[in-house]
Amino acid sequence: MKIHIYEKAWMVGSLGVLVAFAAAILGSAVAQGLHPPSHVETIDPTTAGSDPRFSATGVHQTTDGAEVIVLAQVWAFIPAEIRVPAGKKITFRLTSPDLVHGFQVVGTNVNVMVVPGYVSQVTSTFERPGEYLIACNEYCGVGHHMMAGKLIVEAP
Amino acid sequence: MNTWRRLALANFGVATGAFGIAALMAVMQALSRADLHLPARTASLYYMSVTAHGVLMALVFTTFFIMGFGYVVARHALDREVVAPGLAWGSFWVASAGTLAAAAAILSGKASVLYTFYPPLKAHPAFYIGAALLIVGSWGWSAVMLLSYRAWRREQPEAATPLAMHGMLATVIVWLLCSVGVAVEVVVMLIPWSLGLVDRVDPVLARTLFWYFGHPLVYFWLLPAYVAWYAIIPRATGGRLFSDRLGRMVFVLFILLSTPVGFHHQFLDPGIRAGWKYLHSILTFAILWPSLVTAFTVIASLEIAGRMRGGRGLFGWVRTLPWGEPFFTSVILAMLTFTLGGLGGAINASYAMNAMIHNTAWVQGHFHLTVGTAFALTAMGLSYWLLPRITGKALRFEAFAQVQPWLWFGGMMLFSIANHVTGLMGMPRRVYEAGYMGAEAAKAWAPWTAVSATGGVVLFISAMFYVLVVVGTVLWGRKLDAAPAIEFAVALDPPASRTIWDRVGLWTVLAVVLILVAYAVPLYQLLSLERFGAPGMSPF
Repeated sequence: MKIHIYEKAWMVGSLGVLVAFAAAILGSAVAQGLHPPSHVETIDPTTAGSDPRFSATGVHQTTDGAEVIVLAQVWAFIPAEIRVPAGKKITFRLTSPDLVHGFQVVGTNVNVMVVPGYVSQVTSTFERPGEYLIACNEYCGVGHHMMAGKLIVEAP
Repeated sequence: MNTWRRLALANFGVATGAFGIAALMAVMQALSRADLHLPARTASLYYMSVTAHGVLMALVFTTFFIMGFGYVVARHALDREVVAPGLAWGSFWVASAGTLAAAAAILSGKASVLYTFYPPLKAHPAFYIGAALLIVGSWGWSAVMLLSYRAWRREQPEAATPLAMHGMLATVIVWLLCSVGVAVEVVVMLIPWSLGLVDRVDPVLARTLFWYFGHPLVYFWLLPAYVAWYAIIPRATGGRLFSDRLGRMVFVLFILLSTPVGFHHQFLDPGIRAGWKYLHSILTFAILWPSLVTAFTVIASLEIAGRMRGGRGLFGWVRTLPWGEPFFTSVILAMLTFTLGGLGGAINASYAMNAMIHNTAWVQGHFHLTVGTAFALTAMGLSYWLLPRITGKALRFEAFAQVQPWLWFGGMMLFSIANHVTGLMGMPRRVYEAGYMGAEAAKAWAPWTAVSATGGVVLFISAMFYVLVVVGTVLWGRKLDAAPAIEFAVALDPPASRTIWDRVGLWTVLAVVLILVAYAVPLYQLLSLERFGAPGMSPF
């Protein structure tokens, strides 16, 4: 197959750029452990609120930070206000008893789908103290835009 | 009027109707986002209108337009009558009936589940049954396309497939491979559940089946636009196609790579392991490559046209291109917009980084550049080119047709850039009102949502110009002595005979293998979990 020299250069060059993208992602995944939240765990959504894994919603201290248990349901996060220390490893564990919701802490890299029947888990460290908006970013009916919460990151 | 003309016009008719209604819904949403206090503005109405806009634009306008265009290509690229006209008409009516059923469910407020209809949000059964009929109708169209090709191939066993038809075949194959996923989701899971025959559905399985379909769907939209870019525009601008063989290769790569990429929409879903998401991320980068090749080939073809029209110097050929032709300006602006859309797409596909923009306004900013402009503006430009050729009538209100692509481009830049920015600032997509009870973060979004709303109004004006020209031409166009010919581009390297790139059956088999590699194990892992399912609700 005869290909014009300019076009050949373009094809090889553009392929090189894509390979560089893929390598950068692989590098950050392997070296820095940057993965999208991909926890695999199931739960019966109709009894999620009384399930021992989710009956104690709120912040629980761990040795190196905190674990936060959150129920996302139409149209609120429980608890609606979460206080965590800055600079510590915070792991959120979430599920939904009804519809699919999103858990997005605006201005941070915490963003995860909360799906009924599944437990989502996402870990992050918040360096800057302050008040952050938590918004549901998956459409969940007529009150979707009212579904919000607050993350307060406190200086250590 | 011959069969192909009537078929094409009928399909374009439904497409234009859906487009007009969807555009009305869109302007209302844009104003709602800017928090203007319109009379009768309610959250229910807003979410109903988002659903109607998404379904009518992304599923109805696109599918019917592509079906109509497919008949034109099959008739003229193969230079023989379309086979099985009975099947073609049956498909049209089935798809139209499905569209009516789904539209009635949506517009009556019983199916405000958005065009992604993620369960356990539960719509009225008519919505799912309507969607299934639309798909069945499109399968009938696919069969007519494949049968027409087979009839031609029997007459011409050694000839290279005309490039336009090769691209249409790729479109059909991508569509058949991917629509199986949504058909299983709708027919096996959602219809029985919405009728009350089954108590629960598993949302992650449903989302996986949806995105198995949902991403290749974008190539079902894009490939017919590529047919226009490769096989029509070089001729319409008076030039040659730079490389026929690379065009052929590009369409084959889309057959191979369109489907095994769906997890890049589910990066943030639980229940799917990270390694599979990484594989889909890499395959998504791979499918950017044929589009980068396309960028070179189509621009090189335009350079040939510009030089054949007398353009000189390094960039002098740009000036001599037919800037007064609405078909050309639509396509060139669509291409320009698509480069931005492609860059954003690479960010969306970037694995963990996706968390920065997932389900934010960035996403609607992105796909309005791709399906909303690369496809839609090409389709509008194609309409201006096709209508006189189908109806034998001159374009009516041609001045509107000339302004319309520029308005679309300008409006889309305002709309899309604003949404990319607010998305990066963390504004969720698909919200009736983004004030968040006075939250500090939300205050910074407000000026940008006003820009987005302005873009929406400009786009609406452009959309109405388009509808006016289409309806005006069909109803009141001046009869031409003879309809202009439908001619396809001639390449600098016209193929002498059939090559490996024309063996679409072989490539389809390889595509199935790639799909199995990308989906078989994660699907098996998902099905092996103790899955409870969710009963669902309809809070809209």
